[in-house]
Amino acid sequence: MATVTPTAAGLQDCRNAWVATLEQLAEADPRIVAVVNDSVGSSKLNSFQKKFADRLINVGIAEQVMVGVGAGLANGGRIPFVSAASCFITGRALEQVKADLAYANFNVKLVGQSSGVAYGELGATHHSIEDFAWLRPLTNLTVIVPADAWETAEAVKWAAQHDGPVYLRLSRMPVPDLDIPNRTFRPGKAEVVREGSDIAIIACGTTVHLAADAAEVLQAEGIHARVLNFSTINPLDEAALHRAAATGAIVTVEEASIRGGLGGAVAEFTSANQPVPVERVGFPGFLPTGSTDWLFQEYGLSPEGIAAAAHRALKRKA
Amino acid sequence: MLMNDKVPLIREKALWMRRTAFTMVHRAQLGHPGGDFSAMDILATLYFGVLNFDAKRPDWPDRDRFVMSKGHATGALYSALCAAGYFPEDWLQTYMQPKSLLNGHPNRNYLPGVETNTGPLGHGFPVATGIAIAGQLTGATYRTFVLTGDGEQQEGSNWEAAMVAGHRKLSHLTLIIDRNRLQQGAGTEETSGLDPLDDKYRAFGFDVVEVDGHDHAALLAVLGAAPASKPRCVIANTTKGKGVSFMENVASWHHGVPNAAQYDQAMKELV
Ligand SMILES: Cc1ncc(C[n+]2csc(CCOP(=O)(O)OP(=O)(O)O)c2C)c(N)n1
Ligand SMILES: [Mg+2]
Repeated sequence: MATVTPTAAGLQDCRNAWVATLEQLAEADPRIVAVVNDSVGSSKLNSFQKKFADRLINVGIAEQVMVGVGAGLANGGRIPFVSAASCFITGRALEQVKADLAYANFNVKLVGQSSGVAYGELGATHHSIEDFAWLRPLTNLTVIVPADAWETAEAVKWAAQHDGPVYLRLSRMPVPDLDIPNRTFRPGKAEVVREGSDIAIIACGTTVHLAADAAEVLQAEGIHARVLNFSTINPLDEAALHRAAATGAIVTVEEASIRGGLGGAVAEFTSANQPVPVERVGFPGFLPTGSTDWLFQEYGLSPEGIAAAAHRALKRKA
Repeated sequence: MLMNDKVPLIREKALWMRRTAFTMVHRAQLGHPGGDFSAMDILATLYFGVLNFDAKRPDWPDRDRFVMSKGHATGALYSALCAAGYFPEDWLQTYMQPKSLLNGHPNRNYLPGVETNTGPLGHGFPVATGIAIAGQLTGATYRTFVLTGDGEQQEGSNWEAAMVAGHRKLSHLTLIIDRNRLQQGAGTEETSGLDPLDDKYRAFGFDVVEVDGHDHAALLAVLGAAPASKPRCVIANTTKGKGVSFMENVASWHHGVPNAAQYDQAMKELV
């Protein structure tokens, strides 16, 4: 599969933060192991493999076994980071994730690589846009979608010391560091990227910086948008959603299906608690082939597309 | 026509397919040329020596079926389908472009001649097993061929399918394994070893044959042979990247793409 390298200065491939952090943790804690499905290179684990050869368990191209082995390793007192393309680690091994990780509540960290439409040209089998809908309802499973390199490193550190199953949804799509002073990573809590009271834009992962840019576009039109980095999808930060709904209109943005993901979660919450218009930016279903950048533009995952969704939501605002 | 009379045509088509696939990958700067090239002679033999099909009627009920389970090798599959007349040559230029019918992995809804969508490994053999059961139920005479990678054999779904196919004595089903001994990141035997693969399939109730996967006459004899009383497994010993010196047996060409100099070099070798 092709690799995407940063296309402009200042953009980062968050996989570098993932492996650097994992290696640091593994130096200090011998219980940490990595489990892969012929995905050493795509997970960027080559250097981990060199340093900790016997702690890199490559089960071959066998995702169901990979996740099951992760549960077994946890039973045996290891802290496994199971890493594979997110389309396969979720879709192919879904019942293992449900029964062996979430239901059995084993201390396994799933790391979904190249999520969303990172493998744009490879088509719908390799797009991972259904994973939020599949994993969000699973009790016990914390689902985290880091927005930049800093948050990726923090999420890996947090996952290592948290006792319970976690899904970290990573991307290889280059993203800028978010411009937020004095950050602390708080799992389960949304992060305010920008204050505003006319509308709330709730984004996660690779789309947060696009939401921030959309807020700039809206600002020029006199619309003050509140922007949230909603990096934990499960459990939901209900307090943040109450405040978002208080603006009277919401836009959600995700590199995922608009059905059942972050937008679905926000719509579930608002319809039950505080009904406001919710416009969801994301993908409608199986997508045509095309580069990641093309798919983002085509489906409105852009500052202009998000701003347009904000206008639609504002028009519906009571 | 004597079977071996077909060999020159197969050789000519295989060469065209290699040049075409490499040109597609070079243009797109995406693809899986290593696995394309190990499978190329198998596909050329099937489409120009074995399969009974009519490209004008891709849904002809009595056609022989070919299922490309190693769906990443679209350079091989698309050049074969094009050579077989399923679609015009200019479609190849759209490989991986936005909205192209020539997706990175094959989609039966876009492209005539594709029997089922593949891409995630370990899906083709179960579907081919279903096709063969349908044939057995209706007493049809068509045959079903499915090609998997060897690394792909690590997926448990293959062994579930093998159990079903062996149990039901699906005589019209042939599993071909592209035994190039490399998977994405390393050798199969250092990752999760498969040998002895022949004994494994024999134990699952298959008629097992080994063949040089680049010898057109040998492939023709094995793949063209009449069905036995049980399913057949053809272990085709191949070289990943076969035909281009710098790609042969080099793992990184699994999804490597050529620069201009490498492209020119390959075109000089592929004659
Ligand atoms: C279920 C699944 N897991 C992982 C992958 C990623 N992947 C694509 S090709 C490949 C290696 C395949 O090796 P092999 O079957 O030997 O194919 P070949 O050598 O013929 O290219 C991998 C791991 C995938 N496509 N599907
Ligand atoms: Mg192989």
